[in-house]
Amino acid sequence: MITKRIIPCLDVKNGRVVKGVNFQGLADVSSPVELGKYYSDNGADELVFYDITASFEGRKLFSDILKEVASTIFIPLTVGGGINGVEDFDRVLKCGADKVSVNSGAIRNPSIIYEAAKRYGSQCVVLSVDAKRVNGTYHVFAKGGREDTGMDAIEWIKRGVADGAGEIVLNSIDTDGVKTGFDLEMLKAVCDVVSVPVIASGGAGCKEDFTTLFKTLPKVDAGLAASIFHFGEVDINDLKKTLLAQGIPMRI
Amino acid sequence: MVVIIDYGVGNLFSLASSFAAIGVEAKVSGDKHEIEKATHIILPGVGAFGDAAEKLFSSGMADVVKAQAKKGVPVLGICLGMQLLFEKSYEFGVYDGLGLISGEIRPIADVIPKDLKIPHIGWNALHFGEKKNEIFKYLTEGDHVYFVHSYYGADCQDVIATADYGAPLTAAVAKSNVYGCQFHPEKSGPVGLNILRTFCEIGGQV
Repeated sequence: MITKRIIPCLDVKNGRVVKGVNFQGLADVSSPVELGKYYSDNGADELVFYDITASFEGRKLFSDILKEVASTIFIPLTVGGGINGVEDFDRVLKCGADKVSVNSGAIRNPSIIYEAAKRYGSQCVVLSVDAKRVNGTYHVFAKGGREDTGMDAIEWIKRGVADGAGEIVLNSIDTDGVKTGFDLEMLKAVCDVVSVPVIASGGAGCKEDFTTLFKTLPKVDAGLAASIFHFGEVDINDLKKTLLAQGIPMRI
Repeated sequence: MVVIIDYGVGNLFSLASSFAAIGVEAKVSGDKHEIEKATHIILPGVGAFGDAAEKLFSSGMADVVKAQAKKGVPVLGICLGMQLLFEKSYEFGVYDGLGLISGEIRPIADVIPKDLKIPHIGWNALHFGEKKNEIFKYLTEGDHVYFVHSYYGADCQDVIATADYGAPLTAAVAKSNVYGCQFHPEKSGPVGLNILRTFCEIGGQV
């Protein structure tokens, strides 16, 4: 049986890991290589790196860091941020990424999903969606959650999967950084319409939030979080042992 | 020296790095003479079987691998590389493989329940059956490794490990000095690195 996955997410800016609350007020946490190695040695099932640098220099620095991470860490690596075309897939895959996450780049140019899936396979293409409630529906937000695109998130995700996205990361802006638990309602709405793995993101504040997530929504494949792991509020190995003891399949 | 065969399929960065991590010198090469000199041969691969087989056969590297395997050089196929060791594949057509391992490559959709997702992707537990192969000597029954695949090794007499995904799927194979794993040891943490280390110990000095 496939295990559920626990995934720490590292936002990287100018070579350092940062994490903002509700996407604002970034705080410098640590080195991506050190943090990545720490997580890999301490139970993380996968690592997600988001490059939130906008400049060309920052992007180059990120590529170098990614190579260093990939040569020291032997678990699956997903990379996102600044993925605007198939050439960006090529760039990060050559640095050792296993999967590539698209978000704003796919909103601007939806054909990137189909083109990347055709070239590298669906297993390589992750569609990451920042969604928020607007007038009773879920809207897709762009630019790190700052801009309402007006698009319906459920329709957008259905389309992405039809075009070849092999995995969905659903980040609820409503619960992100609030630490009161994952957005179960929004996640259920997505799980009900797609057959590819869904990764829950946004809102984890304690171990019990992960138990509730996997018990309530058996179709969710993974839980992703950042600051609770980075600041040591939740220890991944300890979390996984707790989940396993409650009958949730885990790699220990 | 360990040689990782480069025949233009997939990215070998992580695989090469994983040998560096276990302190084994490994060379990525598409040169037949280098492969002939290898103490251990790694056959990697991602993508579709037909395309990969075509590249391996037309470059003449398939013949070199077969000849070296017959001489007793340890060979390890990984993911699609394992599938290429089989006799035949039914992925988007019918293609011949190297025939070093018995059986055929067929869609996992043939054998798993309809409600399970395809590809089989993620961490799954290894089951060794009655006799644990020497390549798993540092492993424990139920250790998890990382899989990404939609096809599997069927009708195989050389299975040494399975993974349960609604049905027991071929996870690893071996026939004397020829080994294959469907999962990615280079993405399977310490468990995967241990398999690579053991493979390098087979047949003496690297």
